[in-house]
Amino acid sequence: MGLLDKQIDSGGVVITTAENVLNWARLSSMWPMGFGLACCAIEMMATMASNYDLDRFGIIPRPSPRQSDVMIVAGTVTFKMAERVKRLYQQMPEPRYVLSMGSCSNSGGPYWQHGYHVVKSVSRIIPVDVYVPGCPPRPEALIGGLMLLQEKIRKEKFGVKHEAV
Amino acid sequence: MPHLKTEEMIMNMGPQHPSTHGVLRLELVTDGEVVKSITPHIGYLHRCFEKHGEELTYPMIIPFTDRLDYLASMNNNHAFNLAVEKLLNLEVPRKVEFIRVIVAELQRIASHLVAIGTFGADIGAVTPFLWTFRDREVILNLFENLTGARMLYNYMWPGGVARDFPKGFREEIGAFITYFRPKIRDLNNLLTGNHIFISRTAHVGVLPADVAVNYNCTGPVLRGSGVKWDLRKNDPYSIYPEFEFDIPVGQGTMGTLGDTWDRYYIRCQEMEQSLNIIEQALAKFPVEDATDVQAAVPRRIKPPAGEVYARAENPRGELGFYIISDGGTKPFRVRAKSPCFVNLAVLPALGKGIMVSDIVAILGSIDIVLGEVDR
Repeated sequence: MGLLDKQIDSGGVVITTAENVLNWARLSSMWPMGFGLACCAIEMMATMASNYDLDRFGIIPRPSPRQSDVMIVAGTVTFKMAERVKRLYQQMPEPRYVLSMGSCSNSGGPYWQHGYHVVKSVSRIIPVDVYVPGCPPRPEALIGGLMLLQEKIRKEKFGVKHEAV
Repeated sequence: MPHLKTEEMIMNMGPQHPSTHGVLRLELVTDGEVVKSITPHIGYLHRCFEKHGEELTYPMIIPFTDRLDYLASMNNNHAFNLAVEKLLNLEVPRKVEFIRVIVAELQRIASHLVAIGTFGADIGAVTPFLWTFRDREVILNLFENLTGARMLYNYMWPGGVARDFPKGFREEIGAFITYFRPKIRDLNNLLTGNHIFISRTAHVGVLPADVAVNYNCTGPVLRGSGVKWDLRKNDPYSIYPEFEFDIPVGQGTMGTLGDTWDRYYIRCQEMEQSLNIIEQALAKFPVEDATDVQAAVPRRIKPPAGEVYARAENPRGELGFYIISDGGTKPFRVRAKSPCFVNLAVLPALGKGIMVSDIVAILGSIDIVLGEVDR
C-alpha cells in the first residue's frame, strides 16, 4: 500500500484540478499503435520486449488506431505509405500524439539525397510532438522520447491548441 | 448446401497489420472464412537501393546494404563484399575471414530468434517472443562492443572489416555459446512441442518440394520442403568448407512434409548448427596472427570494367548482388537478388482454400522482411 492509501485509509477527499488528474491519467497509459514501418520498428519491438519493458510506463501496444493514443512512426515513410499514415492518424481518437522515431521519419535520414520515393520528414503530413534521433535510435533513446512526451502531456492546458515541441 | 449462392468478399490485410511483418498489403478474396486467393501488394517500403547503387561509391553502398534486410545486416554486408572482392580480384586475409564467419553466424542466430519470436507471437504465444528477444539482446550487446551499433553495423568492408575483435571478445562469444545452448532446449520445450502450436502449424500451408523449386524459393522455406540446398555447402564461399555442420531439412515430423511447422523447426535446428560453426571457428581462430584487419582494404576502390554476381546464404535464403562496373569509382548498376521477394511470391500458391487465420501462420513461417522485398 502506498503513502496515499495510508493517508486516506478511512476515506477522504483529494483536491486537485481536472487538468491535473486527466493529464496524469493520460500520461500514465499512453497506448501506442503497434505498427512499424522499417528498421526502427525492430528497435521498437526490442523496447517493448523483455529487456527494456515498456509496460513499466503503462505503454502497451494496441493493434488498432481506434484504441491508441500515441502513434510511433518507426521507419521510412514512402510516398505510397504516407497516405496510409495520414489516414491512420485521422482514425485515432483525440487527444492523440505522434512520436517520430529515427532519422528517416525525422528528415528522410539516409534517403535525404537520393530518396526519390521518401517523404522528407513525417511532419510534412501529420503534426509531430517528439522527434527521436538515431538510425535506428537505441531503446533508451525511445524511452527518453516517450518520457519527454509524458512531460509534455503533464503540462498540457485545456482549451489551448497543442503545438509540437 | 451447394445450391446456395455465396458472395465473395474482398478484404485488405495491411499495410498496417501487426502480423504482416512490416508494411505488406494482402488483398484477400474470401468466401466466408475460406480464402479463395491472395494477392500481395508491395512497394510500401521502397527505398531505392538500386538508385543508391548508381549514385554512390562502393564503400558508401555498404550502409545501404545494411538496411535491406535489417535483421541480418552482417550477412548483407558479407554478400555485397563478396561481390566487390570478386570484381576487384582481392585476396582477403585469413583472420578477416574468420571474423566474418563468426559475426555472420551470430547474426544468423539473432535473425532466427526474431523470426521464431514473432512467429510465436503471430500464432498467439507471446512468451517465446519475450524469451527470444532476451537472448537476442545478448548478441546485440556483443555486436555493440565490436562495432558500436546495435542493428546496422557497416562492419565489413571490401578486403577487411572495420575493427579487430576487442580484448577478451572471443571469450565473451564462448560464454554466449554456453549460455545459449540450454536456451534452445528451453525454447523447444516451450514452443516446438506445444500441442496448441502444433495444431496451429502442422498440415498448414504445405509447400511441396517441386513447387518450392519452381518458384525458386531458397533458405529455410526451401529446406523446410525437404530439399537439401544451402549455399554454404553447395556453392561454398569464404572459409565455410573448413567447418563441419549439417544442413537441417524438413522431415514432416509433426504433419506433412513442407508444412509450416517444418519451416519453423528448420530455424531452431539452424541456430544449433550456427553455434557449432562458431565453436569451430573460435577453436581454429588464428590467435597469433597480428594482421591489421584493415590492411587489405584498398585506399581507392576502382574495379576494372566488368560484371559479377556473388551470392551468400542469408538467414532467409540466397542473397545475391549483381554489379556492373564501367571502370569508375561508382558501379554502373547494382542489383540485389532478394530471397524474401522470391519467397513471398510463393504465398499466392499456398493461400488457396485456407482459413484466414492460417495466412498469419504461413506468412510468419515464410519470414519476410519488407526492407528486402521492396528494396
